Amino acid sequence: MAQYLLSVHGSDTDEMPDDVQEVYAAVDSFNKEVQASGSWVFAGGLNPASTATVVDGTGNGDPVITDGPYLESKEHLGGFWIVDVPDLDAALELARRGSAACRGPVEVRPFQPEPDA
Amino acid sequence: MSESGPADPGHADLDRVFRSEHGRVVATLTRRLGDIDLAEEAAQEAYLIALQRWPESGLPPNPGAWLTTTAHNRAIDRIRRESTRDSRQAQAPMISDTGDDPGDPISSVVDDRLRLMFTCCHPSLATSAQVALTLRLLGGLSVAEIAGAFLVDEAAMAKRLTRSKQKIKAARIPYRVPSDAELPGRLRGVLATLFLVFNEGYLPSAPPGLPTENPGTPTEPGNSVPVSPVRVSPVQVRAESVGAAHGAIRTDLCAEAIRLTRVLATLMPDEPEVLGLLALMLLTDARRASRVSGGGLVVLSDQDRSRWDQDLIAEGHDIVRGCLRRGRPGRYQILAAINAVHTDAASVHATDWRQVLALYDQLLAVDPSPIVALNRAIAIAEVDGPTAALEILDGLPLAGYHAYQATRADLLRRAGSPEAAASAYQRALDLTGNPAERAFLRGRLDELGAAPDRGG
Repeated sequence: MAQYLLSVHGSDTDEMPDDVQEVYAAVDSFNKEVQASGSWVFAGGLNPASTATVVDGTGNGDPVITDGPYLESKEHLGGFWIVDVPDLDAALELARRGSAACRGPVEVRPFQPEPDA
Repeated sequence: MSESGPADPGHADLDRVFRSEHGRVVATLTRRLGDIDLAEEAAQEAYLIALQRWPESGLPPNPGAWLTTTAHNRAIDRIRRESTRDSRQAQAPMISDTGDDPGDPISSVVDDRLRLMFTCCHPSLATSAQVALTLRLLGGLSVAEIAGAFLVDEAAMAKRLTRSKQKIKAARIPYRVPSDAELPGRLRGVLATLFLVFNEGYLPSAPPGLPTENPGTPTEPGNSVPVSPVRVSPVQVRAESVGAAHGAIRTDLCAEAIRLTRVLATLMPDEPEVLGLLALMLLTDARRASRVSGGGLVVLSDQDRSRWDQDLIAEGHDIVRGCLRRGRPGRYQILAAINAVHTDAASVHATDWRQVLALYDQLLAVDPSPIVALNRAIAIAEVDGPTAALEILDGLPLAGYHAYQATRADLLRRAGSPEAAASAYQRALDLTGNPAERAFLRGRLDELGAAPDRGG
């Protein structure tokens, strides 16, 4: 088994669709399916990127703290799932269903294996 | 195989054996070892040993099995050596689903090369990566050869291959034949990749849109023939810009694509589209010798049909007939059937254009794209005359496409509108930078008695 990050990127300024409740319901139902299948590790939705803070502790003195997201970008990570599945095909299938549910493209990225895996 | 027998296989014989066995050896070892890199390295070691031994001992009765066993033993040695140094090197196979699950009845039947094809052509890999991996791992071409064929430098190609193999490993792209539900879509990807390899070999001197015949569009004389059944790819675009460079290696690519498609057809005998693609390649390749003359391209109508390869045509026709009996048509089968009609005709005038048109109708139903509609219009011109074809062209959103303008020009010429034809030839000229193509279009313009820079 291997873990994958399924992430959804979107614009914070996008207007909510009129039927946003339907989107929530679809995602909720997808989440329940993933949980029931045993592939679920974690998932969550994020507040807008404007609520982000970047901390840079690489220097010698005090950390540099900056308001806003790390990447200057129109689109930001909005939410994600972490799933545990046998291979990429299984991850792509979950991504397909997740994408349909949340109405946005989903990026699939494998985690590095645990050191003792 | 070596004709000279056990006595003394020459270097060329050995190369041929290695190349034809490479896919099988790497595929089998990938399943056994669970790691493509390890499989490749082991295969390489086995070749080096064979290079030393076979010239003296002669070819073993089954060179492929000998290479696989030798490579496997080498790989095991290597794993043992490295595991004493670092136990983590001996970790379990990194490729998922090696197909050795005893509960999987298919695993004992499926040829490993089929698994490898589906892995190399996985949709999560870029098209260029799929092509490179397929040629390297299944075709046994060297990195330098692939780099030469695609006109990138060797280091860049090596990097592309390494990155792709890293992705296969890290993302756990499965090593298996897809399930029935996924198979049609995934098989289309494999066929598209093989056809891309073939086109790369075939099209450099006849890039998409060049006014000559090409695999997608064997059409009538003088008409520009735009299509390649796969969407124009970056690979083809590159080919278009470089002309006929590296001719020898590119001919190899055609042969390689046919060889791999033959393998696929053997492994998936019940998939008519695989056979369709094979027939399409054979019927296209059959015309190779007549396609080029004095460095220039020869359009279908002007080709010396006595130089067509009748063996390839006979084989292609056989396959097309077999496909027709199955009654499960698809785009490659239809394209092959169109090519069969063309190669069945003693001359362009003897061509059964009604049959060609009926096949384009069928193709349009499968693939309702403007490009297919453009090619269908060319058949319409033969059946109903150029005016009917021009009416169809007027409705196509292809005005910025040089092949569309060249086709339009030819139809206008035949419809008796030389000035409008000249203007369309000029637009076609403005839309292409390919020298061979420009030369062809200028020739047509000159025939119309128009100065090349006049028009509009």
